[in-house]
Order: sequence, then C-alpha cells, then structure tokens
Amino acid sequence: MHEFSIMQSTLDLAEHQTRMAGATQIHRLKVRIGSLSGVVPDALQFAFVALKEKTLAAGAAFEIESVPAAGWCEDCAADFPVEGLVYECPLCRQPSGQLRRGKEMELASLEIS
Amino acid sequence: MCQECGCSKPGPYTIDGRPIESHPDYHTHADGKVHAHAHDHDHSHAHPHRVLQLNSAIMGGNDRVAEQNRGAFKALGLLALNVLSSPGSGKTTLLTKTLNELKGRLRTGVIVGDLATDNDAARLRTTGAPVLQIATGTLCHLEAGMVAEALKKLELRQLDLVIIENVGNLVCPASFDLGESLRVVLHSVTEGEDKPLKYPPMFHSADVVIVTKTDMAVAAGFDRELALTNIRKTAPHARILELSAKTGDGIKAWCDLLVSLQAGLAKT
Repeated sequence: MHEFSIMQSTLDLAEHQTRMAGATQIHRLKVRIGSLSGVVPDALQFAFVALKEKTLAAGAAFEIESVPAAGWCEDCAADFPVEGLVYECPLCRQPSGQLRRGKEMELASLEIS
Repeated sequence: MCQECGCSKPGPYTIDGRPIESHPDYHTHADGKVHAHAHDHDHSHAHPHRVLQLNSAIMGGNDRVAEQNRGAFKALGLLALNVLSSPGSGKTTLLTKTLNELKGRLRTGVIVGDLATDNDAARLRTTGAPVLQIATGTLCHLEAGMVAEALKKLELRQLDLVIIENVGNLVCPASFDLGESLRVVLHSVTEGEDKPLKYPPMFHSADVVIVTKTDMAVAAGFDRELALTNIRKTAPHARILELSAKTGDGIKAWCDLLVSLQAGLAKT
C-alpha cells in the first residue's frame, strides 16, 4: 500500500504548486503512471479518495494517464513495446533491459482557480 | 462502534455537496406569518479555471534525498547495497553469512528495515558489524530520508560497504530509490519459479538477482531453468548468482563480486 505515501506526496506537490500560482482550488488533478512504476492505479485512486479531504483537491476530479513500457534497442536505435514482459527487440531479437518509458510517476497537470 | 475512526461521533455531512443544516429560504413568525426571502446576491461565483502543465516527478522529494545519499557514498568510495525480497527468502541469513565472510576484506555496516522488532538486527550483530534497525511502524518500505537519518549514526569513514536490508516486500520498495549503488533482489527456490513474472517492477529494477536456498532446490521441486528464464525475461540486464547461505555454496563468488565492485569505486 505504498500508494498512500505516493498519493500524499502527490497532494503535497499539487497544493504547493496551486498556492504558488495564487489559486485556492484544484478542479482536476492528472497524474502519469508507467506500467513498471510499481504503482497499482486502483490503489492510487483509492488513496486519492481517502486523502483528498481537507486539501485544496477535496472537490477535484482525479485522472490517471497510463504509460505502457517501452524498451530501447541500441543496435537498431529504435524503441520497442515491452509486451508480456518480453524485453526483446522485435527487429533484431536481441534482449535489452534498457527502458525508454514505463517508470513514470508524475504529476502531469492541474486545473485550478 | 469502534473507538478509532470516530464513527461513534458522526460530524456534519453533506448531500450533493450541500450541508444538511442549511438556512431555509423562509422563516415563520410567532403569529404564524411566513416570509419568504431569496438568497441571491449580486456577484458571480464563476472564477476562471486555469490549467498548469507540470510534469513533475511525484517522488521528487525522495529522489533528491536518494541523490544526496548516493553522493555521500560516492565521495567516500562506499559500495551501498539495497537488498530486497519477499519475507522469508533468506535476506538476514545471507547477510549474516556475507558479513562473516567479508571480515578482513571489507569493513561493512548494515541498516535493516522492518515494521517492528529488532530481531534481524540482533542476528546481524552477532557478526560484530555495526547494525542499525529502522522500525518503520506501518510503512511497507524504506524511504531515502530514513536511510539518510540512519547513515548519520554510522561511522561511514570507517566503512567500505553499507548493506541496506529493506522491508520484506516484493512490491512497494521497488518504487523508492535509496541512493544505493547496487540493487540486489533475492529469489529463494522455495518461492517457485514465477515470482519474476508476478512482480516485474521489482525484478526489472534489480542489478543483481540472487537465487537463494539452492540446497533445498530438490526438496522444493525447483525448476532451475524455468526460473532463470523468467529472471532473464524481466531483468535481462541483471547479473544472476545462485547460492546457499546454509551450505556456503556460491557465497565466495558473491563476496568476491562485492570486493571487486568496491575496489572499482574511486574515492573522490
């Protein structure tokens, strides 16, 4: 259940940014979560509902943008989708553990007033 | 009713965002006359909404402290391990064996995280190494800030290696960088062969995967080839070692690796 501490960090960051922008309310909070970030979207959603009270985001809509993992093949200089956990370049069939995307845990945007 | 959550003392609540005890838009006098009044007022509540595009790392706070830890390790030429596995995979047994084996080769300090008890720390202290126990309370993982606090209590200049034994958990600790130079994930033969497939973020984050309890492989019906294939699938970049802390088989190769990695770190 580390989603609770991740959501607490998200709300702290969101409130800080909202106050810095001179606003008092968050209407929409959008996060970006990679498929290899170790974060379970449902658990994050649950943590948002549990923690949003008494924050500037109490009335906010919560949105998760999922980022599917993508690998990087150096030989082919190309991205490839990591599907079914196979870290293998589909062009040259070489395994590669280098990640291009998939570990994201970001506060993407805030709608505020 | 329970004592903890406050359900015995319900507070004000709202329906559709409106408080229940709202002021009515009429009032009744003692003689029975009813006056209606409106609640309108003459300014608009429509404030303009703005969108802030941030793309900020949520774990930025943890990551900054992790980088500070990493900087401290690097400046002192310290090798730092973050050791992870499910509970009962043999982290403490392996570390006890490792500390004994490394005596005279690497000066080692240990930070060990658990929700409660200092049982692991007590076991590790039998080796004579300095050991600090972090009791996380209810937290299922170590965070960089906890490690930073613990590091203040170790004589880092007297050490070559810091081993951080994380909370036994294959999910949450994967997301928290502690500033380690090497992430080590254990997979015991008694856990079957598909842990890497069930917990891909953890295994993908590993620099080294150690298959432990190899002395029990036959009894556990462990399919070694399948397990190694699964590890390679989720962590193609990771170095794979196999050992038994009980018999000592494979311990030397593991300790030699630590010695050579530490020797490769130049003091700045």
